[in-house]
Amino acid sequence: MLDRDQVLHVARLARLELTNDEVERLAAELSKVLDHIEKISELDLSGVPATSHVLDVVGALRADEPMPCLSPEAALASAPEPLEGGFGVPSPAT
Amino acid sequence: MSDDKRYEPVIGLEIHVQLRTRTKMFCGCPLSFGDPPNVHTCPVCLGLPGSLPVVNARAVHFGVMIGLALGSEIAERSLFHRKNYFYPDLPKGYQISQYDVPLCRGGRLGEVRIHRVHLEEDAAKLNHLGESGRIHGADRSWVDFNRGGTPLVEIVTEPDIHSPEQAREWLTLLRTTLRTLGVSDVDMSQGSLRCDANVSIRPTGSGELGTKTELKNMNSFRFLEKGVRAEIERQVGLLESGEPVVQETLHFDPTLGRLTPLRSKEEAHDYRYFPEPDLVPLLVTEELRAGAAAEIPELPAERAGRFERELGLSPDRARDFAFRAELGDYFEQALAEAAAAVAGDGARGANGAPGAVDPVELANWIPQLVERIGSETDPADSKVAPSSLATLAAMVKAKEVSREAARDVLTRLVREGGDPRAVVQREGLGALSGEHQLVEVVDRAIASDPAAAEQLRTGNMKAIGPLVGYVMRETKGRADGKEVARLIRERVNTRS
Amino acid sequence: MSGELVELTATAAAERVRVGELDPRELFEAYRERAAADHLNAFTWVADATPATVASDGPLGGVPVAVKDLFCTRGVPSQAGSRILEGYRPPYTATVVAKLARAGAPLLGKTNQDEFAMGSSNENSGFGPVLNPWDRGRVPGGSSGGSAAAVAAGLAPWAIGTDTGGSIRQPAALCGIVGLKPTYGACSRYGMIAFASSLDQAGPLTRDVTDAALLLRHMVGHDPCDATSVEFPGEIATPRAEHLRGIRLGVPEELTTAGAGVEPGVRDSFEATLALAEALGAVVEPCRLPHAPHALSAYYLIAPAEASANLARFDGVRYGLRVDGDADLISMYSRTRAAGFGAEVKRRIMLGTYALSSGYYDAYYGTAQKVRTKISEDFKAAFERFDFIVTPTSPWTAFELGAKADDPLAMYLNDFCTVPMPLAGIPAISIPSGLAGGLPVGLQLTGPAFSESRLLDTAYALERAIGFDGRPARR
Repeated sequence: MLDRDQVLHVARLARLELTNDEVERLAAELSKVLDHIEKISELDLSGVPATSHVLDVVGALRADEPMPCLSPEAALASAPEPLEGGFGVPSPAT
Repeated sequence: MSDDKRYEPVIGLEIHVQLRTRTKMFCGCPLSFGDPPNVHTCPVCLGLPGSLPVVNARAVHFGVMIGLALGSEIAERSLFHRKNYFYPDLPKGYQISQYDVPLCRGGRLGEVRIHRVHLEEDAAKLNHLGESGRIHGADRSWVDFNRGGTPLVEIVTEPDIHSPEQAREWLTLLRTTLRTLGVSDVDMSQGSLRCDANVSIRPTGSGELGTKTELKNMNSFRFLEKGVRAEIERQVGLLESGEPVVQETLHFDPTLGRLTPLRSKEEAHDYRYFPEPDLVPLLVTEELRAGAAAEIPELPAERAGRFERELGLSPDRARDFAFRAELGDYFEQALAEAAAAVAGDGARGANGAPGAVDPVELANWIPQLVERIGSETDPADSKVAPSSLATLAAMVKAKEVSREAARDVLTRLVREGGDPRAVVQREGLGALSGEHQLVEVVDRAIASDPAAAEQLRTGNMKAIGPLVGYVMRETKGRADGKEVARLIRERVNTRS
Repeated sequence: MSGELVELTATAAAERVRVGELDPRELFEAYRERAAADHLNAFTWVADATPATVASDGPLGGVPVAVKDLFCTRGVPSQAGSRILEGYRPPYTATVVAKLARAGAPLLGKTNQDEFAMGSSNENSGFGPVLNPWDRGRVPGGSSGGSAAAVAAGLAPWAIGTDTGGSIRQPAALCGIVGLKPTYGACSRYGMIAFASSLDQAGPLTRDVTDAALLLRHMVGHDPCDATSVEFPGEIATPRAEHLRGIRLGVPEELTTAGAGVEPGVRDSFEATLALAEALGAVVEPCRLPHAPHALSAYYLIAPAEASANLARFDGVRYGLRVDGDADLISMYSRTRAAGFGAEVKRRIMLGTYALSSGYYDAYYGTAQKVRTKISEDFKAAFERFDFIVTPTSPWTAFELGAKADDPLAMYLNDFCTVPMPLAGIPAISIPSGLAGGLPVGLQLTGPAFSESRLLDTAYALERAIGFDGRPARR
């Protein structure tokens, strides 16, 4: 149901590098899971609204008041590559 | 050319506005500009594990103000959505934005319809090491999260714009409107106002839409106009050579002054939008809406109407002054100061200006001022105080100085500042309009050009030009042009 | 002495501390030693010393609490059971943990869990599986397997975990202890490393219902840092019911029969408990939850979809593991995530990404959210006739380590009875109902939103009647 190309496409969207074995395995596993899940398409759900929030709560807002920030040291404490006071990364291609 | 009548440009704008709240959209970090990197961060805007967003009430307030000012329909209930993609300036790997249930729909500003208005958070700032800070050629980049999470309003127009000039003018109107509302600094050079354009062309008269391209990174009004014009020309060129326009994103490069395609967009983004589960639906109560409405001051369109109705300005002039707030502000300031001067001093103003200034006359002088200081400068920043311009206008109206001489005075005021009365006195530019002063010069003019004089006598009105010119030169522009013309016509017929 | 100390329930210990009969530092040390000697791999971090002072006047009496690894604890490793966060020490503490500390429950240690709360056997941890104290060749359940095993083995007086599809209740059932998932929004999620945002809830894992009520009382409450949290109406009462007269219990056939996959041993224990309930005066009748059989499918679309977005922040940029930082950006992202995430996490990220992707949203995620609406409606309708709905917690008892490792779908079926409740946002509790083949069986009770006090009360009455005193053999 889910072929190799689809798996590779989804892996790319999710930024997951997969080995060939993993691609094969995932294709099989996900297909099996999706087969089972697909049964919900048999239900008659016409006119049923989707639940986007299970809580019956709306409008939680925050006053526009400044709160204490982390110090730059604390912010960068776990940074794999502190650089120029910021978080170093390889430059994006675009 | 973009003036090519065979094709009609179809332009829509997508504008991002940074809001002037005190704190970020989803956390309490203060907004900052020009601070050292990463001094205004917290678990939320850094995207640390376990952190959660909470909506800034003032950002919603500003968003509703914008929607009301644009005549949009404000949704009583709207949703935030996650827009998913990976980029270093996006700490959560998704942006919290609004998708198919936005805060506002529809509306109109001037001639352009609004498609939608919604709230979202700004990305962080990605900096590049390497030459000139541009991406290409840089090895390492680094991220500063101070800006990340700044509240943004995104405004999307319908494709109702049909020329680069119109794009620029309309964006100016939008900018004035937002500035008047006080919701943003709307400074393109600082990034608090950003504008992308969607551009397509179609044969004039066609009802179908052509393929559109997306133009990004035009960070000034000038570049916007330039970029849009360049793209229209490029598309015309393509169609003319039988090639199709391909949907793509083009990046305006200010140093090159032109658009280049954005490289390596190998896959179009699949943003996989879904409702943000960490936020509950946004409710705009009647109270919130009324609160926002109460804070909306006179907007440009209303101001233009008032200038026309109450001050007698022509519709075009009224629009110009209302849609460029700096001009309108300066104009009203000058009027107010002149009126105050009169009120305090009876019939003559403190600076001697006789009576309050005529708004229409004063209005004539603002474009003159703008011409001399450049259209990018705020008149309030020039050396010409509003009261000085008002005085000058009053002097012209009272024929104390000729219109032509007054232009000279204005040039001097722009250069040196000061009081126009003093300049006139010092330079001897007072009006010459008395007959006894002018007759002699007029006679000399007629004598100097008998051919013109003869033409005039036979009824060719255009022949008066050289004669008027002679008098103006001789009088160094101090004579009143109309008066000169009248005298010439009179004298030409009394002498033969 | 320490042997006796750890026999006390948390409530009893807290009481003794408060009246001055017990030194909380002594209590802490007793547990700390046991936790440090843990042979079940239940802990990923244990306090290396007893704190200099332990407040004794708080309502929780200085009784230390074990906290699931995914709760951020400032300066202390908070890894969510994942290698991608190995050694990560956050600069802030989760609200719920801070509340408990203020109420007098200091941090004993961080417990092992399935990676990012994805799993029902605790075999998916990046730090090794947790073993069931009843049989160390078997799983303790998951994803809060460490918390459950620690409490069951007497390595902690009580613990907190999180429940998204059953991750508190199911391990509680498999380990023979009490576990409760509160109403969605009752406890703050701020500082809980997220799995599925619309489902996750923090909750207590304890030796008995009384302890669960006490701990829960100090966990609930609106948090301005969590827009989805609400003020809990009223206070969580101390349970004291001695009978069940006037209580109507509904038994949904969709979740309780052999046809639903429930094993005979579990079924027998379940039936026996229903009989006890009737003896206590409850009215026990069948009820229908027509969409319950589809809850698993809806859950395995919604949870992975939300997780796929929640886990996108693990990209090697700001914290955690980074692999191949010298490669291009996309390779760094992809290899970091490939190296840092385990197989189950990758599976769910893939599933979730697919369910949200262009062209598939309506059929998968969109449809699942509609099924969710129907499930909520089913419960609402049922609660018009019944006070609570009762089911087995898990269709089977603790299975052997590795028994379901090759079959993700089989693993997902562990959650069959527990996923409908988080989809509806309603609370549910699991209490031990007996043994089957020498292994604990759990009974699940679920009620309407914010019915925790009455739920606990009913569970208390049943607990008394059941008289489960099974303990795994102590080492």
